[in-house]
Amino acid sequence: MTAIVALVGNPNAGKTSLFNALTGARQKVGNYPGVTVERKLGSLKLPGGDHADLVDLPGTYSLNAHSPDEAVTRDMVMGVQTGERRPDAILAVVDATNLRNHLRFILELKRLGLPMVVALNMIDLAERDGLTIDVTGLSTRLGLPVIPTVAVRRRGLDALAAALQPLLADQSAAASMPPVDVRTLQREARSIAEAVTSGVGAARRWSQSIDTVVLHPVAGPILLATILFLMFQSVFSWAEAPMGWIEAAIARAQQVATAALPDNWVRSLLADGILAGVGSVLVFLPQILILFAFIIALEQSGYMTRAAFLMDRLMARVGLNGRAFIPLLSSFACAIPGIMATRTIAEPRDRLTTMLIAPLMTCSARLPVYAVIIAAFIPDQRIAGFLNLQGLVLFGLYVFGIVGALAAAYLLRRTVTRGEGQTFLMEMPKYQWPSVRDFVIGLWQRAYAFVERAGTTILMVTIALWVLASYPKAPIDYPGTALDYSFAGRIGTAIEPIFAPIGFNREIVIALIPGMAAREVAVSALGTVYALQGDEATVQQSLVDRLRGAWPLPTALAFLSWYVFAPQCMATLAVARRETNSWRWPLFMFGYLFAMAYAAAGLTYWIARALL
Amino acid sequence: MIQIDQLTPGRPATIFGIDRKACDATTWQRLHEMGFDEGVDVELLHRAAFGGPIAIRVGNMTIALRPAEAALIIVDPLPLSNAAA
Repeated sequence: MTAIVALVGNPNAGKTSLFNALTGARQKVGNYPGVTVERKLGSLKLPGGDHADLVDLPGTYSLNAHSPDEAVTRDMVMGVQTGERRPDAILAVVDATNLRNHLRFILELKRLGLPMVVALNMIDLAERDGLTIDVTGLSTRLGLPVIPTVAVRRRGLDALAAALQPLLADQSAAASMPPVDVRTLQREARSIAEAVTSGVGAARRWSQSIDTVVLHPVAGPILLATILFLMFQSVFSWAEAPMGWIEAAIARAQQVATAALPDNWVRSLLADGILAGVGSVLVFLPQILILFAFIIALEQSGYMTRAAFLMDRLMARVGLNGRAFIPLLSSFACAIPGIMATRTIAEPRDRLTTMLIAPLMTCSARLPVYAVIIAAFIPDQRIAGFLNLQGLVLFGLYVFGIVGALAAAYLLRRTVTRGEGQTFLMEMPKYQWPSVRDFVIGLWQRAYAFVERAGTTILMVTIALWVLASYPKAPIDYPGTALDYSFAGRIGTAIEPIFAPIGFNREIVIALIPGMAAREVAVSALGTVYALQGDEATVQQSLVDRLRGAWPLPTALAFLSWYVFAPQCMATLAVARRETNSWRWPLFMFGYLFAMAYAAAGLTYWIARALL
Repeated sequence: MIQIDQLTPGRPATIFGIDRKACDATTWQRLHEMGFDEGVDVELLHRAAFGGPIAIRVGNMTIALRPAEAALIIVDPLPLSNAAA
């Protein structure tokens, strides 16, 4: 049986870097059974050619768990995690510049009685800060092997493996000791740290001087706004070309399929169902990769916790926590990674609220819808000399979404997710340059998770919707479009009375049904409803012309407002189901978003009708 | 003796104690896990605008927390001359 080594450490000790350095890029990422906590497994090479499984456990300050992540770490090292074997040894990571606090966790872990090796990480930074650490003395006092490492420079890795091997061979476990009060451990840790550390480091002076600007009450928020602006600018401008290539490749594949197959349902399913559906997800991959690249770089540099610090006051006003800022930021690309990122929020009600409002951040799938409607109905003119009216409306829709999200959070926290929130208590790590290896591995893992989740759900949903929109087949002499005659058309006709009061005509209602797969599908669905032919660009242009004649302005504005809150994205609902382990919350999410969308579209319609 | 959030930025202080009575068990535990304890040297680094969180240097770490929790931590400001030494 392969030995299991658990990698444990405080957040910011460099645990992920060490895991990446020890195991390389071939890691198995999954979930622990029954909980949505990420399980990362890699292979650790031991001297002599043997291998052990290295499990990267979630970072925690102690075994006194405050979140589901931390509970997994506790249960794993205690050997009570469902479906997992107890590790044969612990590899514990400490930050050499912060021994006073990190050693407390080592002392707590040591009491478990498992064989253990301590990686004294970031030893180079301690030396640079002018600290000298007596490694032998530390090892003697702890009664554990201590190996100095620099994970980002791959220093000390062989020595770590060599120190682990004898522990794995010798299975005589030490007796475990009962847990003791946190203060006792704290004091013991401080006395050990003081005894083995000499030199007073000019510790963190530069991190602190960066913070005088970054956390400044005025300069800080301005800097954050600038970073976000540059980020979104890059997401949209850099992604344009690769998105075009992906669209072209999908169109090419559809052509090939159409040319190669006889005109039957298989061809239609492949070209109009599967390829179109999967394509509609893949096309957002460039934007999502760029956004993730920024987010990972900001996280690894240490800036993200500063952003959370700056945003906490605003978040606290609506009953949330500064930590909610990071998942909400991801949701501007797509709510799916955003909802997955809520895992870092410990308090279940805070996490649920953040998940529920994540779809209100304007995701990139709404842009094609906004683009068509704005092009058709908002005049392309300048206001006050330099502001473009169309751009202003688009910006307004983003703001509308954010304000709606804050209002929703405020109401949810006082009703369905009522209760004590989590306070904001967070270590702010020192600034550092992101390491290329950690950056690439992080980006790959997140992109893979997105494609896997979104891809599989969207594929199933598109097939179902393709059936609804293609069957039953209209008779040759049927005067309307084939979509009209199909199940989707009939459902649309049936539910039309619900939408009539908010100014939606039958064509819009029918287009909303295939648009359940992903929001942007509504554009091509409208194209189908109005029986437009040709490639996508032609359809978009002719759709703009067609809509101008077909919709009154209040209807168009109501449609835009609808899409700020639009609940229709099956992939988001599916991910919410997965993360909450029930259908209850995704159904609630759908219901409340539907109600908000209906109210917003209705108000827009009625007000616009009264004024125009 | 004052609450930690009332410190002047840059003025070093020593923690006198954490108000255990005013504090629930989880908060008390977490504050200790973040390194707060009697006798530890601290310094107020930054304050966010509009009564937002504050950043405290605790030993060698920087910890962000809200004023409500900061008020639980009672400190003894050190004379400024000691800081220069």
